[in-house]
Amino acid sequence: MLRRFRTLAATLASVPVTLFGLVLVTFLIGRVMPTDPVLAIVGDRATQEVVEQTRLEMGLDKPLVVQFGIYLEKLAQGDLGRSVMTSHPVTQDIARFFPATMELATVAIIVATLIGVPLGVLAAVRQGTRTDHVVRVICLSGHSIPTFVLALLSLLFFYATLGIAPGPGRQGILFDDTIPAITNVLTIDCVLAGDWDALRDALAHLAQPAGVLAWFSMAYIARMTRAFMLDALSGEFIVTARAKGLSAMRIIWRHAFGNIAVRLITVLALTYAGLLEGAVVTETVFSWPGLGQYLTVSLLNADMNAVLGATLVVGLTYLAFNLFADLCYRLLDPRVR
Amino acid sequence: MLSRRELLAASAAAAVLPALPAFAATPREVLVVGQQLDGLISLDPAECFEVIGREVLSNIYDQLVEPDPANPNKLRGLLAEKWDISSDGTTFTFHLRGDAKFASGRPVTADDAAFSLQRVIKLNKGPAFILSQFGFTKDNVESAIAATDPHTLVVKVSKQVAPTLVLYCLTADVGSVVDRAEVMAHVEGDDLGNLWMKTHSAGSNAFALQSWKASESVMLTANPNALIKAKTRRVILKHISDPSAQLLELQKGDIDIARDLTAEQLRTAEKDAKLRLSTAPQGNLVYVGMNVAKPELAKPEVRQAIKWAIDYDGIQQHITPYTHIVHQSFLPEGFPGALNNRPFKRDVAKAKALLAQAGLADGFEVTLDHASIQPNADIAQAIQANLADVGIKVSLVAGESRQVFTRTRARQHQLALLGWGPDYFDPHTNAEAFNVNPDNTEKANNRTLAWRASWQDTDLSDRTLAAARELDPAKRMAEYESIQKDAQQRSPFAMMLQTKQYAAIRKVVSGFEIAPLYARINYIHAAKSA
Repeated sequence: MLRRFRTLAATLASVPVTLFGLVLVTFLIGRVMPTDPVLAIVGDRATQEVVEQTRLEMGLDKPLVVQFGIYLEKLAQGDLGRSVMTSHPVTQDIARFFPATMELATVAIIVATLIGVPLGVLAAVRQGTRTDHVVRVICLSGHSIPTFVLALLSLLFFYATLGIAPGPGRQGILFDDTIPAITNVLTIDCVLAGDWDALRDALAHLAQPAGVLAWFSMAYIARMTRAFMLDALSGEFIVTARAKGLSAMRIIWRHAFGNIAVRLITVLALTYAGLLEGAVVTETVFSWPGLGQYLTVSLLNADMNAVLGATLVVGLTYLAFNLFADLCYRLLDPRVR
Repeated sequence: MLSRRELLAASAAAAVLPALPAFAATPREVLVVGQQLDGLISLDPAECFEVIGREVLSNIYDQLVEPDPANPNKLRGLLAEKWDISSDGTTFTFHLRGDAKFASGRPVTADDAAFSLQRVIKLNKGPAFILSQFGFTKDNVESAIAATDPHTLVVKVSKQVAPTLVLYCLTADVGSVVDRAEVMAHVEGDDLGNLWMKTHSAGSNAFALQSWKASESVMLTANPNALIKAKTRRVILKHISDPSAQLLELQKGDIDIARDLTAEQLRTAEKDAKLRLSTAPQGNLVYVGMNVAKPELAKPEVRQAIKWAIDYDGIQQHITPYTHIVHQSFLPEGFPGALNNRPFKRDVAKAKALLAQAGLADGFEVTLDHASIQPNADIAQAIQANLADVGIKVSLVAGESRQVFTRTRARQHQLALLGWGPDYFDPHTNAEAFNVNPDNTEKANNRTLAWRASWQDTDLSDRTLAAARELDPAKRMAEYESIQKDAQQRSPFAMMLQTKQYAAIRKVVSGFEIAPLYARINYIHAAKSA
């Protein structure tokens, strides 16, 4: 028990170190970029006097070490600075953009899991049959069709041709500014506001981008599930189970699937973390105001506080999910204990 | 007509999504515009300098004067009923109309106007130079710009300049009159309300800013107190970054105007019976800047050779057929004093002869910085091929737009494909940028385009500054034409193209067009019939 606690403590202790490394690297990359962040604020036309004055105001005249120290000090107080682009504190921006991505990623991962896992199991159980081939083609299409093509095709088909889905955006203009932002997860806010029309509209807007993302994640999840299952199904314990006369369903779901569950959790956790990072292309085509778009636009505008803040959130998300997967391993897999 | 396959898919989808609401077109009293809004940084007129921001501001704020649409070379009063100019050309007295009101309901006074102009100088943000070039400083601005009574504003410039230059500078966004009481109610420290004004409004024009959600939307609501009332109750600028998605939404009637269609989508929109296109040349110019610090580029014959080597028509026709026209002088077509001649066309033999004359018959190697976005990347490649034909080996240095600004502002480039737009509607804006470089050292405060090219031409520089002081408008315009002719031959700038902006508009929308250069694009007169 003590040993398990020690291992857990060591894992948790590595988090601040990793975080510090992440902050340091991101900060340095931001400062050595070949773009002058002052130009992002004052524009290309400003006189040199205005440029220098703004540089002083931003503290960019100080040595890098001092700048980093100031940044860390503010970070410790939860202050990520102010975004040049939105004029809001970065924390406030992240509180608005990250829930949008989270909403999209959560729906996508749920759909992807619900479809991908059974498909992977089915393909493994029927290895080499027509079903297996069909699943493989589906997975291949998920990997090989570029996101923007799939996103545009989806818009063209469901929105433009059939007219059964709304266009890009997070909500219809009729509902703009009508739902109080409490959690910034629009569907939850609609429920909290008790506005069911707005909820239906939000869900309808969510369906296409979430579907596109789910398709990609599903392909990966199904492929990994199939591989894990094939590995498990060739195990001696399966032969034993069969010899004992257990039903096929019990062998597949209880013995084989139960055996791969831990590995699958890791795959799901990391896929989810990847989605939370923000799918830039999907967010762009569907005009979804998520973290990916925020990060990209900030980067293009040399809005360094926003870039640093958003990168930290992405890094933290990865760390959290890695940690979660690690803990799952330790808790669920007796071989790692 | 749906195909059988589409029908099947529709049935399947309908089964999966039974509770979907109907997706109606936009309401009649709301105008929805699809546009890329991610370039929007600030909506404070003392700070805003981005194209998209300036467009939004043109719906919200009024200035003292504006170009007369009947003759843009003349001005007419907007918030100022009339104005007097002292005989020495240094004192401008504006008499404000008495019936203008801000969105807050407060009357627009000379005190508001004085505060607005003083605020620009005191904040000293990016566009402040438009006013500070007349000698205003933080120390003298309160005495130089002052209200003598609620309807009279007196502006004293420190030296004699062409009156039209002062007046046209006041038509820029920095000349916007803001509601002093509203702004001062939101001051934080000594920011003169700058933080609040970035995302709020305090103007007197047809719309007030209801909300701006970065990367999502800008919402404008009609100002009931405006002198010219908006024809639409509300305008929503919806951020749609992908041009294909903009076209789809336009065709479905989910947006009424699409602002960022590329040539490919414009071709489709042109054929759509429910849509119409509106277009007008804009002030942005595309040119190749040559840094004469590179010895080869210091030779006038080499600069001429480059100008003769470029295939202007080919680039315009094949790369930017809709979005640009060929233009070869530093004042854009439609600008007062603009020269619309085209002295250069592709002539490989002539370019080679000029290189030989410069002692570079075998050519030389040079880098070309350019933004990696389209059409810049394609234009840069075309220039590379054009110059290769005359023996100049060009290495392309692609970068994000701001990287290119950073490098050219630090004079780290050799050749650079760049864009430039005027800051206000007076020839001095571009004439100064392209010709004046009084201090070519690294300590220079005004880093004009001439400075960035390390180029000094005392004759052109002096003539440009003299033209800015010329009191006779006709003589002044003639001088700008002459400066452009000489600059075309001598300058290190190969002027190539001028941008043309398009909007695809649903036919149910009237009263909106892409405005000509002298005016601003706004939605004040736009209305929907269905």
